Amino acid sequence: MPPLPLSPLQSSVSAETNTPAFAMHMPLEDTLGLNLLAANNHQAEHNNEHFQSWDLLCLNLMSSPGAGKTALLERSLPALARELSMAVLEGDMTTQLDADRLETVGIPVVPITTGRACHLDAAMVSGGLKLLQQRLDPSALDLLLVENVGNLVCPAEFDVGEHHKVALLSVTEGDDKPLKYPLMFRNADVVLITKVDLLPHLPVDVAAIRRNIHSINPNATVIEVSALTGEGLDAWHIWVRQALASRTTTTPALATA
Amino acid sequence: MHEVDMTKCLLISLNEWRDRREDTSAMVETVHLDVGRFTCVEPDQLVTTYNAAVQGTWLDGSRLTITEIPFVGRCLICNGTYDPVPENAYRSPCCDHPLEEIVSGRELRIRSIDYRSDAAAALESAPIQRQR
Repeated sequence: MPPLPLSPLQSSVSAETNTPAFAMHMPLEDTLGLNLLAANNHQAEHNNEHFQSWDLLCLNLMSSPGAGKTALLERSLPALARELSMAVLEGDMTTQLDADRLETVGIPVVPITTGRACHLDAAMVSGGLKLLQQRLDPSALDLLLVENVGNLVCPAEFDVGEHHKVALLSVTEGDDKPLKYPLMFRNADVVLITKVDLLPHLPVDVAAIRRNIHSINPNATVIEVSALTGEGLDAWHIWVRQALASRTTTTPALATA
Repeated sequence: MHEVDMTKCLLISLNEWRDRREDTSAMVETVHLDVGRFTCVEPDQLVTTYNAAVQGTWLDGSRLTITEIPFVGRCLICNGTYDPVPENAYRSPCCDHPLEEIVSGRELRIRSIDYRSDAAAALESAPIQRQR
């Protein structure tokens, strides 16, 4: 048997050096290069396959607690209900309060209480989809809205199979939040700046919020909205319709036509 | 505490790794992770949750080591790389350009596993255990 290298254990068996490992004294090394969240990503892909087969658009709504996700849905769902068939998966840590609020709008809502988990993961959404299927045929839906748990950190890393990530940021949170929680705003396809009806009362610069969002994510669509006055909701709904349309045109049958 | 859920994901992958191997005697010594600085992972918390989660399992006694990968952006104006910082809104210091391309820092990777194996030890007469 060749002499053992004197270099530290890890470097002697590292992938970079390609030094062979020996069974008796040295541990073997298996190079995986696997994503740490592979298990979640695998389930997210599985969810996405369901969304494709049901031919619906899935949006993942994320924000800090109280930024206005539920308030936005209370306005958007009735406005879009004339043209779109929709359902909501409602993530909430311990209560069904948000789900109860949305049920009064007349749109099917499946509550997912996450317990102590501060975000939805793909497996929780998969569980929600099974409950949804008990109530309706998802292939009749155009749009599935996933309202994530209020949190600007954890949900950013956990894909649930959505087509797009939607981040909300209320003007009361301050213009520095995109810089403090960069991952959330980097990963969002669209950012809704909410509660803009409060702007006259606040020392906040909405241009600075936009600039900070675009510094971390130059490709983000940014829309200013108020669920109270309805300002900006038309622009947001146009974005939703365009997301639906662009998803449809990328289906293989149409892409080859 | 998303590190708990990340640990769950990691354990699923490690269990799958064991199940894929025909040799069930593999004892994991060290799991090496690459974790980028532009992720929401706190390395110390991940190690703590890992150590708690493996107690009483086949991975009991194994170690998690984390190599942090720096956050590096590339300025698309001058093509230079830079260290994006919140104080400069993650923009390039050279051309004040927004953060477009991320060169590194988003890694969440199970790089490799160090393990011992009775079955592999039995093959020790072979001069080299080839690595994958």
